[in-house]
Amino acid sequence: MSFRNVGIVYRKELTEALRDRRTLISTIVVPLFLFPVLSVGFGALAVSLVGKAKEETPKVILRGGEDSPAVVEGLKKLDKIEIVSDGPNWKDQIINKEVRAAVEIPAGFQADLAAQKSDTVNIYDYEGELKSEFATDKVEKYMKDYRDKVVKDRLAAKNLPESVLKPFEVKRENVAPPEKVSGAAFGGIIGYMVILLCMTGAMYPAMDLTAGEKERGTMETILSSPISRMHLVLGKFFLILTAALSTAALSVMSMGVSFSVLGHYTQQAGNANHDAAALVLKLDLKTVLSVFLMALPVAVLFSAALMTIALFAKTYKEAQSYLTPMTFVVIIPAVAAMLPGVELTQKLALVPILNVSLLCKELVTGTYHWNYIAIIFSSTCVYAAVALFLAIKMFQRESVLFRS
Amino acid sequence: MIEARSLSKRFQDKKRGEIRAVDNVSFTCQPGQIYGLLGANGAGKTTTLRMLATILEPTDGTAVICGHDVIEEPEKVRANVGFLSTATALYRRLTAQEFVEYFGRLNGLDEPTLKKRVDDIFNRLDMNGFRDRRCDKLSTGMMQKTSIARTLVHDPPVMIFDEPTNGLDIMTARTITAFIRECRDNGKTVIFSTHIMSEVEKLCDVIGIIQSGKLLAEGTLPQLREKCGEHDLEEIFVKVVSPHYTVSEAN
Repeated sequence: MSFRNVGIVYRKELTEALRDRRTLISTIVVPLFLFPVLSVGFGALAVSLVGKAKEETPKVILRGGEDSPAVVEGLKKLDKIEIVSDGPNWKDQIINKEVRAAVEIPAGFQADLAAQKSDTVNIYDYEGELKSEFATDKVEKYMKDYRDKVVKDRLAAKNLPESVLKPFEVKRENVAPPEKVSGAAFGGIIGYMVILLCMTGAMYPAMDLTAGEKERGTMETILSSPISRMHLVLGKFFLILTAALSTAALSVMSMGVSFSVLGHYTQQAGNANHDAAALVLKLDLKTVLSVFLMALPVAVLFSAALMTIALFAKTYKEAQSYLTPMTFVVIIPAVAAMLPGVELTQKLALVPILNVSLLCKELVTGTYHWNYIAIIFSSTCVYAAVALFLAIKMFQRESVLFRS
Repeated sequence: MIEARSLSKRFQDKKRGEIRAVDNVSFTCQPGQIYGLLGANGAGKTTTLRMLATILEPTDGTAVICGHDVIEEPEKVRANVGFLSTATALYRRLTAQEFVEYFGRLNGLDEPTLKKRVDDIFNRLDMNGFRDRRCDKLSTGMMQKTSIARTLVHDPPVMIFDEPTNGLDIMTARTITAFIRECRDNGKTVIFSTHIMSEVEKLCDVIGIIQSGKLLAEGTLPQLREKCGEHDLEEIFVKVVSPHYTVSEAN
């Protein structure tokens, strides 16, 4: 097979692609800016929003408690909580976010405590509402501390040590290194983003080089030249693949930079806040290269599949309506890999897209299951070869090329 | 030389069933001659020419162009053919020169030959003023010249024109008809389809009248006049395509 003509077609398609704004945006601009915006931008925004929510002094309604002055006094002294009086529509006030929570002290609470009778303190909140949860947490912590103090006093009164209630401690400790912890938490999203961007990178050239060519009337021009249809398909395919791979490469690079910036940022924040330190996600060169290597057959699969589908369309617009649903076909398995508990098995290693997505999750945590890598790489190569074969076959069908 | 041998093309249509777009068409077109395929819209002209250019494959029959069979050696056929139609558009993001060079390379020209050929054609067609301009910025006339340059770059012995003047203004159309004549004068085999009678009268050495995929009459203009007993080509055409006319009558 002569590759001269494939090269000629490829060079011409590359020249055209580099002059097409839509292709440039999807191949270069989106992957370069999406990760920084999503990770650093969104992360910083989330941190600042949570910080603002924490700074607010929430209003909490006090219901009852007239006969329990000690508890009420303690509540009123709580830092950054404003206790407001009860009203008939207190529930609506919480729902309308005028107040963040309500605490209900039962009648005779303090007397019951003295008499060692058990009571229930109710806290009412707006579940899922961040500011309401902050307020509730503060009130709940105060009530629990108060309970602990009562218990402590009772034990002291009977000359019993505190260990009576706590004969032993239960302690949880993480032994996984920090990069594995954050990899497990965020690894899924990396595979997902790379797969998705690989697809969006391939999408525009796939439509442009097939349906776009039909629409602009150049299909007949090229078909009247002596190039064989197989060489023509391959030339076009390699350009689409280049676009998909550049998108993937740029996205992986930009992802690496974004996460190292984010890591630096959260490490600084981590000095003040311990939880934030867990966000650190270190992507070394080996991980980046591995993710990219696994994206390779996926890119081949997408390029060939999208080209085959887009070839059926008569116009660019029609191709768009065929390919947009394909995004969901890709997103669903890619997202499935992010679900907790979904792990690589031999069966899942054969499911296209899902397998690579799951593998990327493992690669990011620094785990290399070579048997799975081999299965996934070769199975994806087989799917990619089938898709490419179909693309070549479709290009030889008059009913597809000249569909009317 | 072009030799169509019982060329046929059938399409399957979901609503209308089987359509015989071209039905058992045979003709010969000699070098230094313009063969005009005259027919109404949908008569089968484009399908016939597309089969000759190997863009479509015949369902039955075949055609031989410069000794190469369109089914057996489509790539060799295309290397000997220059195909121009209103449907053969330009790559908008390439410049006129890049466009012509692209087709030169696909036709196997080496770089020194290509450069010489492109320079010759651009000089001859007076295209140097816009050789570096992108095709989407060209006027219709410039576009047509670029298309002509594309068909000439590999200097093919056979030229196929499918309604080349369709929708063009008179000046651009004249450029095309002058070019067709030039091809004949240079000894090329030329076939061209149209539904414009005046073009056929002015250009064609042999005329084939096609209707519903069948070649109903064939001959030089004087021969057709004699066969039909009419002087005006339009009258001849109407007479030939009328339902009462039979192929045996034409022969």
